[in-house]
Amino acid sequence: MTQPSPAPVVEMRGISIEFPGVKALDGVDFRMFPGEVHSLMGENGAGKSTLIKALTGVYGIDAGVITLAGDEVSFTGPAQAQAAGISTVYQEVNLLPNLTVAENIMLGREPRRFGVVDWRRTRRRAAELLEGLNLEIDPNSLLGDHSLAIQQLVAIARAIDVQAKVLILDEPTSSLDADEVAELFRVIRSLKEQGVAILFVSHFLDQVYEICDRLTVLRNGKLVGEYLTDEILRIDLVQKMIGKELTALDELEQRARSSVAAVEGQDVSDPAFASARGLARRGAIAPFDLDIAPGEVVGLAGLLGSGRTELARLLGGIDRADQGTLVIDGRQTKLRTPRQAINRRVAYSSENRRSEGVVDELTVRDNIVLALQADRGWFRPIPKKRQEELAQSYIQALNIRPANPDALVRNLSGGNQQKVLLARWLAIAPHLLILDEPTRGIDIGAKAEIQKLVYSLAENGMSVLFISAELEEVLRLSHRIAVLRDRRIVADLVNDDLQVEALLALIADGGGDGDGGGGPEDPDDGPGGATTDAPPEPSVPPGGTEPDPTPDSTIDLSGARR
Amino acid sequence: MSSIQATDLTGASLGTRVGSGIRSVLTSPKYGPVLVTAVLFAAVFVVGGIRYEGFFSGQVFLNLLVDNAYLIVLAVGMSFVILTGGIDLSVGAVVALSTIIAASLLQSGWSPGVVIPLILVLTSVLGLAVGLMIHVFQVQPFIATLAAMFLARGLCYVISKDSISITDPAFVALAVTRIPLGGGLSITPSVIIALVVVLVAVVVLHYTRLGRTVYALGGSEQSGRLMGLPVARTKVLVYVISGFCSGLAGVLFSFYTLSGYSLTAVGTELDAIAAVVIGGTLLTGGYGFVLGSVLGVLVLGVIQTLITFEGTLSSWWTKIFIGGLLLVFIILQKVLTARRR
Repeated sequence: MTQPSPAPVVEMRGISIEFPGVKALDGVDFRMFPGEVHSLMGENGAGKSTLIKALTGVYGIDAGVITLAGDEVSFTGPAQAQAAGISTVYQEVNLLPNLTVAENIMLGREPRRFGVVDWRRTRRRAAELLEGLNLEIDPNSLLGDHSLAIQQLVAIARAIDVQAKVLILDEPTSSLDADEVAELFRVIRSLKEQGVAILFVSHFLDQVYEICDRLTVLRNGKLVGEYLTDEILRIDLVQKMIGKELTALDELEQRARSSVAAVEGQDVSDPAFASARGLARRGAIAPFDLDIAPGEVVGLAGLLGSGRTELARLLGGIDRADQGTLVIDGRQTKLRTPRQAINRRVAYSSENRRSEGVVDELTVRDNIVLALQADRGWFRPIPKKRQEELAQSYIQALNIRPANPDALVRNLSGGNQQKVLLARWLAIAPHLLILDEPTRGIDIGAKAEIQKLVYSLAENGMSVLFISAELEEVLRLSHRIAVLRDRRIVADLVNDDLQVEALLALIADGGGDGDGGGGPEDPDDGPGGATTDAPPEPSVPPGGTEPDPTPDSTIDLSGARR
Repeated sequence: MSSIQATDLTGASLGTRVGSGIRSVLTSPKYGPVLVTAVLFAAVFVVGGIRYEGFFSGQVFLNLLVDNAYLIVLAVGMSFVILTGGIDLSVGAVVALSTIIAASLLQSGWSPGVVIPLILVLTSVLGLAVGLMIHVFQVQPFIATLAAMFLARGLCYVISKDSISITDPAFVALAVTRIPLGGGLSITPSVIIALVVVLVAVVVLHYTRLGRTVYALGGSEQSGRLMGLPVARTKVLVYVISGFCSGLAGVLFSFYTLSGYSLTAVGTELDAIAAVVIGGTLLTGGYGFVLGSVLGVLVLGVIQTLITFEGTLSSWWTKIFIGGLLLVFIILQKVLTARRR
């Protein structure tokens, strides 16, 4: 191959796993070499975790061969994989804070003498393992007294005690700060020198480029390719992960452009509906500035884990900001609960449609009136007749299928569930609608309908914060785009003839030269650069080119106001 | 008294050196509450010694053990359960059931050599049933043991509504025998049995994988499972242990009262829980020591003794003191665990 390397310690060939209705993995090849850090890359649903679970024996494989050190293996459970030398450290530390470090490393494998645990040898063994990781902590201290990073390293110590040939680190850095990450990387490097093959999964590109020797990119359950980290540019990597042909930009975008161009020319005095200054939450999102004007669609672009959702959750009152200020509708606000956000007419529609969105067991009608009813208070029930009207009008306006208000939401397709969720928030007539991945996992038709809806809502003066993993979609809909990377806004651009390539460059590393202006900027340094140059006016309709699919939506909105 | 404290510290530091500064020890959720209890016990004892003549004597201390031997055994079983994060409400009723089975079988001429093992087996099986209910059907321990409590209490009435006195010579002999310790001090066989139970429990909890898994369960059941520990087996086993201890406590109680009665030991499960909590075991599991629970029983006992010596106070004051203490200890635990988070 690309470099003279020893035989792979793990080789997976033609792995396919099928779940009912979904091909989670389709003929994927994957290999790991001793003494090498290998990163598995891909967006949500690419099949990374499925592949890991296939390797660790959590899932059985439907087709393909797994060989470990040359022998074909088929594990029926994680315990077996562990015994064979494949250890996994999970994203959340799965250890026991109430026991000592030594016990956490050795529990279940303590050396025993005459049937009782030999504490002296147990502690000595644990100390040896910690020393092997250059960790200077007291094995007798309680695990819970240490930082998450140390706990993670202890988990690694436990993992390598089982004579690991292969160590899988699934998102080990997601809750660590920079120093802690450095500590972890030091350990990874020393394990590497000892010849352990390490699988490192992370959403942080910088970290991947810092620590990994080899990358395997998956997309939609298929193998995109295996690359040496040194030989692939970030921008190419991101392109391969997102998987778009970057040639022709479609028609809709052109229309969006024209609408933006129109906006650009307008009066800039109109105040933003919501405006954040230095808003931040530790461990979730670095301080950011963001303005959203009435009638403006602001898109958030960035990879999974870049802080898109975290930002949105602050604005939606789901999580509390721990610093910075937020002004909504001219009044400074501290959002502590979603309820408060709703009172300020800010609605957050979660990316987790099923767990944080629709209520499966309720009917379409119940789901639609839910937020409005909560807003009114439960002692003022919405009359049955009014509920019926609301449900009917939204079913029509959003083209929800089946058009039956009494259908259980669980029986609807993903796209229709999303529409029900949208209807719920539209019913409370929000002024700012935050849509987190509204089009994920739904079919093309429904996707287009939702996109058109977003358009017409903005036309009618609603502010929309739009999050999507699909850059094309973000480009198509947004008047302005904030680019996020590693939990901070690295650029805030007016969508004026922006190219996907420019966005990709910004997403990959702030060093790219976005042609839309406003390159990488430090989110801490006062008002963001690009945000100041044009808070756009309510958008002018994108010309007659756009047939408005929702003629009734405005009526519904006004009708639903309290 | 000082000997108890010393034993406690050794127990507490099994597998760990205390060393690193009194402050960090006092604020650790592991040692803090136990040490506070130890100090409390010493303080109450000293106060009693200063106020009342004859309080500060070895026999007063030994009588704490004599009077509370059954409660010590109960608290040991309860410690296992609470360490896993569970609770066992059935123990008081099981004690009553044990006394009444003992009394009625002895009355009909059975030998104590058969009756006692039979009781231990029966109560262990009851514990097994409870444990299986909790594990297999995912019933809350509170509910499962509540059901067992009603079952056991109800069974008492099926066997006899009235108090049955025990006249079996061997049983009576065990009950009244005093083992001299020299210097005019003496204890009963019950105390020996209770101390053996404590010793075994310490060894099991600190020196066996079963014991460590009990702590692991209290820390995080999910983590324990991912670490490949025998979670299911251990979870069931702690209720068997608690059942066994309840049976044994019932036997010791019948030595103490020489009778069996359906209405006896009402609310004793709560005394046991109180002792365990005052002894520094976290109700959510994962932290605590059996020796702490023993200390908890002794604190309850010494308060009772103090009130007896006072003479003018009703024994209900014991309850008031215990109530106050419990509150203080639960708040203390909250503070200590919150600080650590």
